[in-house]
Amino acid sequence: MIQISKRGELTRSKALLIRLLAIALGILACALITVITTRQNPLLVLQALVKGSFGSSRRSWIFFQNTAILLCIALAVTPAFKMRCWNLGAEGQVLAGAMATAACMVLMGRAGLSTAVIIPCMVVSSIIAGALWAAIPAFFKARFNTNETLFTLMMNYVATQIVAYFCVKWENPKGSCKIGVINQKTNLGWLPELGNKYILVLAVVALLTLFMYFYLNYTKHGYELTVVGESDNTARYVGIKVNRVIIRTMALSGAICGIAGLLLVGGINHTVATTIAGGQGFTAVMVSWLANFNPLSMILSSGLLVFLETGANELATSCGLNASFGDILTGVLIFFIIGSEFFVNYHVSFRSKKKEDK
Amino acid sequence: MKKLISLFLALTLCFSLVACGGSKEEAKTETPAAEAAPAAEGATTEPAAVTVKAGLITLHDENSGYDKNFIDAFVAACEYTGVEYIIKSNIPESSECYDAACELADDGCNVIFSDSYGHQPYMLQAAQEFPEVQFTSFTGDTANLDGVENFHNAFATIYEGRFLAGVAAGMKLNEMIEAGEFTADEAKMGYVGAMPYAEVKSGYTSFYLGAKSVCPTVTMDVVFTGSWYDETLEKEGAEALIKGGAKLISQHADSMGAPNACEAAGVPNVSYNGSTQTACPNTFIVSSRINWTPYYIYAITSLQVGSNYLTDWCGSLSTESVLLTEVNENVAAAGTAAAIEEMTAKLIAGEVKVFDTATFTVGGEPVANCFAIDTDGDWVADTSEAVYDGAFNESVFRSAPYFALDIDGITILE
Repeated sequence: MIQISKRGELTRSKALLIRLLAIALGILACALITVITTRQNPLLVLQALVKGSFGSSRRSWIFFQNTAILLCIALAVTPAFKMRCWNLGAEGQVLAGAMATAACMVLMGRAGLSTAVIIPCMVVSSIIAGALWAAIPAFFKARFNTNETLFTLMMNYVATQIVAYFCVKWENPKGSCKIGVINQKTNLGWLPELGNKYILVLAVVALLTLFMYFYLNYTKHGYELTVVGESDNTARYVGIKVNRVIIRTMALSGAICGIAGLLLVGGINHTVATTIAGGQGFTAVMVSWLANFNPLSMILSSGLLVFLETGANELATSCGLNASFGDILTGVLIFFIIGSEFFVNYHVSFRSKKKEDK
Repeated sequence: MKKLISLFLALTLCFSLVACGGSKEEAKTETPAAEAAPAAEGATTEPAAVTVKAGLITLHDENSGYDKNFIDAFVAACEYTGVEYIIKSNIPESSECYDAACELADDGCNVIFSDSYGHQPYMLQAAQEFPEVQFTSFTGDTANLDGVENFHNAFATIYEGRFLAGVAAGMKLNEMIEAGEFTADEAKMGYVGAMPYAEVKSGYTSFYLGAKSVCPTVTMDVVFTGSWYDETLEKEGAEALIKGGAKLISQHADSMGAPNACEAAGVPNVSYNGSTQTACPNTFIVSSRINWTPYYIYAITSLQVGSNYLTDWCGSLSTESVLLTEVNENVAAAGTAAAIEEMTAKLIAGEVKVFDTATFTVGGEPVANCFAIDTDGDWVADTSEAVYDGAFNESVFRSAPYFALDIDGITILE
């Protein structure tokens, strides 16, 4: 018989061991699938996984950049999640920030303003746009107790449509329904490079990570939102203004998403499209959750997810398969990672029938 | 069979080398194209001065007809020239394209192609960073103006192919009119387009003019999906057109949405990018497509002998860069194949011009002048007059299409 029982507190090292084991098993499963379907050498599979993210110095930089962006969005959703406010609108909030950034670049670029004027405007407007996009559902939740999960999800669609509208309005070249690279010749409003073009993004996200760590653990705000997350009534009893905390926390969530949008448009892509967030708003939820809402652990969990996804795609390419195969492998890996949480929370034991009879 | 293929490829190569080289572009002087590697492979027939490794970036994978057309030609050309190659598929039109191009260059590719228009700015960005690697953005339009030595564009006179496909469509309409299915005034075609810009407009206008050349009463409705690949929207677009009275459908979009909708509704379909006969045996008439193999071979062999290739290359019917698939005799009107052959000869000889200004009007007036290229949309022409010798001259000032007039007889539906 199999018996499942809830675990008590698990030591950190043991929980980590279970998770690492799950990842190893997941990679093994992927290797098996690849070997069975393509008859490739299993060592080649591992090699491709590593090569995807660390095959060259460029790939390593891209790996760190992708990790930073995913981490940034994960940092954004964390305070809301810690408050048990299910913000699934990161995708839309990133888009709002990205759109605001692109609008500054396009309009102020046309007006002929200098980069020194444009960039501060980009920063301010992207943060405000992201914060606003999150504050709207928060306001309705605080005031009318609407369901924030549905509300934030719907805000994603609104943001997507707004971006789609401006892609057509500001299309370049005419008729392409795409904004194209903004100010490609003049580079107006492009975020400056520090050393190389990847470092700025890394630096900003590193600062944000530290900020979020201290905000959650060592500030009054951080404490308040944790209490609201544990129990509304307790929070009210100790005199915390719950509504205010909800709106404030969600706005912070959105503001950081706005920064992610700013980095994506101003620092990396120099254009905006409806797909610019690319589903990372949802992947970020997993990053945050896997790291148990600890910003420092999130560095690892976001890195892991990016590593696995890039590796899976590289594996698909090197085996001459298309990206669907990469998606299948990523799916298998994520299944194992999420599955491991079950074994972290529950104890599974096997009992023989004989013992039971006694 | 293999010998036949290689003979054919060799012929197309010869054609492609002489084509388009004439008045409109000047060949570049030799550049230190790629580092002169030792001629390791002495076995090949070409005197391989430079070892070429080719890379291809595609927007989707082989499930999309558009990308499959690029991939198949690429593989054929690489195998023919005996060069190593890498394909990166499903690369979106974002900085991911730049990353992919750089990774290919890092992996030792010295000639890199991308198949989607939206890849162009990112390919240019990569070209500036890797001056020793050649980059070609297919269907792109800025290489002539960018002035970046190692950045190229290539296209083909696909409007000629569409015109020929239009002839097949017009003959089918005539056959249906004669069979009494509808009157000549009701002869209306439907067209599912991706984006409302010149490449698509030039395509459907030439298709329409081809049909009109044999069926003078024909009209056409056009819908745009706003996406190059959206199976659902393309299917719905075709269904809406059929509901609106279209008797025949063609499309300029990359999925099987429109052909499948036609097969389900029993409406004849003129396809694009390749034959859809297996999936749609009862409705497929013919398909036009661009054959990229001559260009790939031209670019690769140019590099192999150590010379650069044209900044802006344009294939045509005579380079066999524009092809029509076999006619599906079960659906097409009798004599279609012969009519296409005859018209092909006339187009090559210049006896018939696709955009002959005597055959169409805009707002009831014949077109007397029209500038060709206006890159920045400021309504000031970048180049000289496109209407001369009694026709709008497409793909002359640059390879990418620029015919974007809304001619009478074609209605764009919202």
